Amino acid sequence: MSQATMTSAVHPGSVLGPNRLFAAGQHAGHAGHVAAYGPLRVDALGTVFIERLQESGLAGRGGAGFATWRKFAAHGRDRPVVVANGAEGEPLSCKDATLLAHAPHLVIDGLLVAGAVLSAKRLVLYAGAGSLPALASALADRPDAGAVRLVEAPDTFLAGETSAVANVLAGGPPIPLDRVTASRTRPTLVQNVETLAQVALIARYGPAWFRSAGTASDPGTRLVTVSGDVPSSQVLEVAGGAAVGDVLHVAGVGSGVSAVLVGGYHGQWVRSASAPVTPGAGVLMVLGSGRCGLVATAQITAYLAAQSARQCGPCRFGLPALADAMGRLADRDPDPGLPAELASLGALVSGRGACHHPDGTVRLVASALDAFGAETLRHLAGTCVEDES
Amino acid sequence: MDEVLWAAGRAGGFVALALFTCTVLLGILNRSGRPVAGVPRFSLTLIHRNVSLLALVFLALHVGTLLLDPFAKLTLTDVVVPFLGHYRPFWQGLGTVALDLAIAVVLTSLLRHRLGYRAFRLVHWLSYALWPVAVAHGIGNGTDGFNGWFLGATVVAVVLVLAAVAWRLSAGFVESARLRQGSAS
Amino acid sequence: MSSGTVLHIDWTRCDGRGLCTELLPHRLGRDPWGYPLALDADSDPTNVPLAAADLDAARDAIRLCPMLALRLAHSTR
Ligand code: SF4
Ligand code: SF4
Repeated sequence: MSQATMTSAVHPGSVLGPNRLFAAGQHAGHAGHVAAYGPLRVDALGTVFIERLQESGLAGRGGAGFATWRKFAAHGRDRPVVVANGAEGEPLSCKDATLLAHAPHLVIDGLLVAGAVLSAKRLVLYAGAGSLPALASALADRPDAGAVRLVEAPDTFLAGETSAVANVLAGGPPIPLDRVTASRTRPTLVQNVETLAQVALIARYGPAWFRSAGTASDPGTRLVTVSGDVPSSQVLEVAGGAAVGDVLHVAGVGSGVSAVLVGGYHGQWVRSASAPVTPGAGVLMVLGSGRCGLVATAQITAYLAAQSARQCGPCRFGLPALADAMGRLADRDPDPGLPAELASLGALVSGRGACHHPDGTVRLVASALDAFGAETLRHLAGTCVEDES
Repeated sequence: MDEVLWAAGRAGGFVALALFTCTVLLGILNRSGRPVAGVPRFSLTLIHRNVSLLALVFLALHVGTLLLDPFAKLTLTDVVVPFLGHYRPFWQGLGTVALDLAIAVVLTSLLRHRLGYRAFRLVHWLSYALWPVAVAHGIGNGTDGFNGWFLGATVVAVVLVLAAVAWRLSAGFVESARLRQGSAS
Repeated sequence: MSSGTVLHIDWTRCDGRGLCTELLPHRLGRDPWGYPLALDADSDPTNVPLAAADLDAARDAIRLCPMLALRLAHSTR
């Protein structure tokens, strides 16, 4: 859905970081890919490669930001199914679809690296319907990817959640599993496609090279989708540790920014240009000045409540209640108890589901109340910034 | 001696049927999630279980005594395979069906932690088939079928179970239904 | 005193029937929709810490939960 409506331009070689992921150019084929990056021998890597990953400091690019080497190490012996996860359920993000469109071979390389290092049983490339035809021809374009199976990711917010991916691969619906149930499915290592592309680069050029961009705590480069009240949505490759203001500047967004939603629908509102573009899967949504953050948050919360997989009671009943209260605040219901009601509903829902969907939704609402304190007071008094524009 | 067996067989069947009726009513009560008259939910669950096990004991008595009774001419095959008996084969067959279902329902209930919820629930739904089949067997096969007191008791049981099922199907059946309405959208 | 053992609630199964809350009244209350709610607001609401004295009641709850939604697990915190 999001991929189709967004016009995403790739900006290689931005001032913010080296052009690593798109170095082979737009819509790179296998020949162009090998010409740009050189060949890759995956069988020579061995399990010692997990130590290289640790030295690199690479953290997952799917949103949770978990150390990649730990995930690999956890599957060092169990011959897992390795999944390249391109299910970009987040409506504000299109960096994974962009990566799959322009650098599919880097992702496939990363999948083959993980497969060889972990002696994987199966390799799966999991992506939305829009990406599949190009990926099928990319796989056919190279001699070494015969073992990779393409699986379509449904277009839902939760389709990329790790246990939901395992559920789909087991023939189930794209909804998360209970942690204990998930531990009984076959061992599965789910890695975001951008993470795997970075793995492919580390396998070629080593951890020191990887760390030569970015900061000590956020090494390497990362993809960021800039959307919202901007001239055009775009995907940028930025150096780790980049600040929101710098990225917006490169994206051509000058003044007229009221706030930025960092990390997507499960993310947080920030109003400081020096805030980092993490945590989250590299999403910046700009709220233009004159727009009301409470109204935007209410819309997103309603969407998130509707995207609940509706299998866990507190999520199924609590998120609509939360969305309802957020909606009343956005509609300037003068009830002074609303902020407290939102806080207590948040506490009631948080942590009480099989996945982090309720937690992410609560975090969004809490950050809105935090960032838009003045707006909240105005709404309770019956006025709104949007009246003036 | 035969008279005793015959009487015990009939009495066992009657008590089993009464206890199965209680089991169904308790099961529906359990499903609503409500405690009753200060009896907590977990106790109701335990009572539901224990009454059903007791019903099975009386069912075993019912079948066992009639197996031994030369007059009833019941064979082991009749106990397992329905509709082959000599005496009113259809009505007796219903009894066999009810017996097989009762064994299946109770066994899967006892093993539900191993079988998993789906299999358990699927078989447990058969209770709603088991009960009317057993009642029909009681009326059609029982020598007491058209005695006033047996018929009276049956009518009471049917009314109770029908009322419980009607409640089960009503909107406010589950305890928290009201609280979950509206926000369930 | 935590024994390191927790009661894991599988939210994908739990239907809020409330048996566990009756058996573990010191650990679990019910939320507005009837689902079990850890009374200690600081504890993990999905893996509720149990004291040694709770274990018997917890085992009963696991056995009696109509949805098979409960298990014992070891604390991951
Ligand atoms: S917490 Fe909500 S979104 Fe997550 S699995 Fe449960 S019902 Fe689905
Ligand atoms: S007993 Fe089971 S279904 Fe009932 S509230 Fe507890 S966990 Fe949920």
